[in-house]
Amino acid sequence: MASAVLIENLQKSYGSTVAVKNISFKVEPGEIFGLLGPNGAGKTTTIRCLCTLAKPDAGKIEIGGLSVIEKPRQARKKLGYVAQEVALDKILTGRELLELQAALYHLPETGSKQRINKLLQLLGLEEYADRKTGTYSGGLRKRLDLAAGLLHQPDLLVLDEPTVGLDIESRFIVWDFLRKLREAGTTVLITSHYLEEIDALADRLAIIDRGEVIAEGSPSELKDRVGGDRVTLKIREFSPQEEAEKAKEILQNVPFVEEVIINQAQGNSLNLIVTHGNSSLSKIETTLEEIGLPTFSIAQSRPSLDDVYLAATGRTLMDAELAAAGSRDLKAEKKQQMKQI
Amino acid sequence: MSQSTITPSNLENSLSPSSLVGDRLESDSSILGEFAQETIALTKRLFIQLQRRPSTLIAGIIQPMMWLILFGALFYHAPQGLFGDDMSYGTFLAPGVIVFTAFSGALNAGLPVMFDREFGFLNRLLVAPLASRFSIVAASTLYIISLALIQAAVIVIVSGFVGAGWPSLVEIAAIALIIFLIVLGVTALSLGLAFALPGHIELIAVIFVTNLPLLFASTALAPLSFMAGWLQIIASLNPLTYAIEPIRYLYLNGDWSLSSVVMQTPWGDLNFGSVLLVLLGFDALVLLLIQPLLRRRFA
Repeated sequence: MASAVLIENLQKSYGSTVAVKNISFKVEPGEIFGLLGPNGAGKTTTIRCLCTLAKPDAGKIEIGGLSVIEKPRQARKKLGYVAQEVALDKILTGRELLELQAALYHLPETGSKQRINKLLQLLGLEEYADRKTGTYSGGLRKRLDLAAGLLHQPDLLVLDEPTVGLDIESRFIVWDFLRKLREAGTTVLITSHYLEEIDALADRLAIIDRGEVIAEGSPSELKDRVGGDRVTLKIREFSPQEEAEKAKEILQNVPFVEEVIINQAQGNSLNLIVTHGNSSLSKIETTLEEIGLPTFSIAQSRPSLDDVYLAATGRTLMDAELAAAGSRDLKAEKKQQMKQI
Repeated sequence: MSQSTITPSNLENSLSPSSLVGDRLESDSSILGEFAQETIALTKRLFIQLQRRPSTLIAGIIQPMMWLILFGALFYHAPQGLFGDDMSYGTFLAPGVIVFTAFSGALNAGLPVMFDREFGFLNRLLVAPLASRFSIVAASTLYIISLALIQAAVIVIVSGFVGAGWPSLVEIAAIALIIFLIVLGVTALSLGLAFALPGHIELIAVIFVTNLPLLFASTALAPLSFMAGWLQIIASLNPLTYAIEPIRYLYLNGDWSLSSVVMQTPWGDLNFGSVLLVLLGFDALVLLLIQPLLRRRFA
């Protein structure tokens, strides 16, 4: 059976900006696959190429064995796309939007009425169906967009950052719904820069950084691969840099401690990598006491996806986010994108 | 955010891919049927918008009335016979206003598409397996033509009451055909620009610098014989003139046929039939020109 999605050596630049340097990954039928990476890593560009909205500079893209580049129209029939920013015509009602969508996918009128009702019901939208979408909340808009993406029963549903800007409740509703979709046999590809989202949903994932895949596998595989346990230690709620440096120096000499990283984004807390099953939190605390430092909090855990990201890139996802936020010119990016649409 | 959650359900068939469950809502229609379906749906959207936001139509009816009244008053004391025997300026002007109104509407046709592009709504259309992206052009054209015909009807009726005369049914059909031809080409041009230009500011700028100059460089407000030689040449190349002159001829002459000479250009006389052919040629040219813009990425 062909992979649900096959992307090989995808490359895409906008002018002189390289958005996707070299991305390859495979999504198997029936799984939820996550693309994880900080903003600006190339996730959306990859998705745009996959959904026939942008033409790749090089590389191979297939949906269910069908080349998206050679047969875009057939590929479009197989995929549903839920964009990051929900674009609804605010003058139309939810139902009218779905009716338009049904016609764009050439569903016969009789069957599509039923299907629209069914999806409105499944997504808890019946009450709102005949109101203008301009009155919808963010959560309702996202649900309507999900309904629109699923109207033609695609093999593959692609969601770009499905829960950005949603409240917690809506977020869980979307998660729940995506799991239900997987159960029903639909392949789901989501991008996210939320670790917990990918961790909670994805059967497998690829981590993308600066236009390249830096890791691919199931969440547990990837975590096991980095090895060790993680200890997060705060000397005080906010420690001065020198104090953190001092603690780092002494802790590096503890036998079971493999590495110490100062996390500036978290008030100079210390992230320790320790040998799995052979470490002691009290030993760490006493070591600090000996040089006169208190312990505000200390916790041990198995590695998270963030540790996977950290191991591969040398920075945490949040640091990457912050760095990207500062260096990104959203206006220029929007301009570049307009040239493509 | 609402409190209603999604109904939990066991394995829900309607969430399964059609390829798995086999109850595919497959359209069995031909590519032409699909083209019709998507065009009708896109047109319906435009009409729903118009119905819920009718200000464009209202303004679109008030504006030509103002043209008629103001330009009519501007030339009120023009010497008798200046525009031909027993012709008032109002009679001369009505066809110009009909065509210019249709033209302005068509020129603006790209704006909604540009906003769809900017707000991401166009992505919804572009990821759908449209039979042809010309359905977007077709829908806009149908919409603009309907608007133009409503506007033209109002102008014809109002000018009739102020003494421009009443066209017969056949003449009305001929006027509708001419409006169709000019609107199709200009709408396609505007949509092409909506796909080609970077944003709505640029599109508005282009509309701004095209709209009035094309009016003044046509025979809408004054006959060719009034113009400087160079402007006569430009006006004789302007598609608007090719729409205005045959309508004006219909207004002024009870008996006409395809071989009636309706236009005298610096390079010779043109009859009704050849003027229609020129308009058709203009449409064909524009549609050909915008083809690569519509297909820019994937066909």
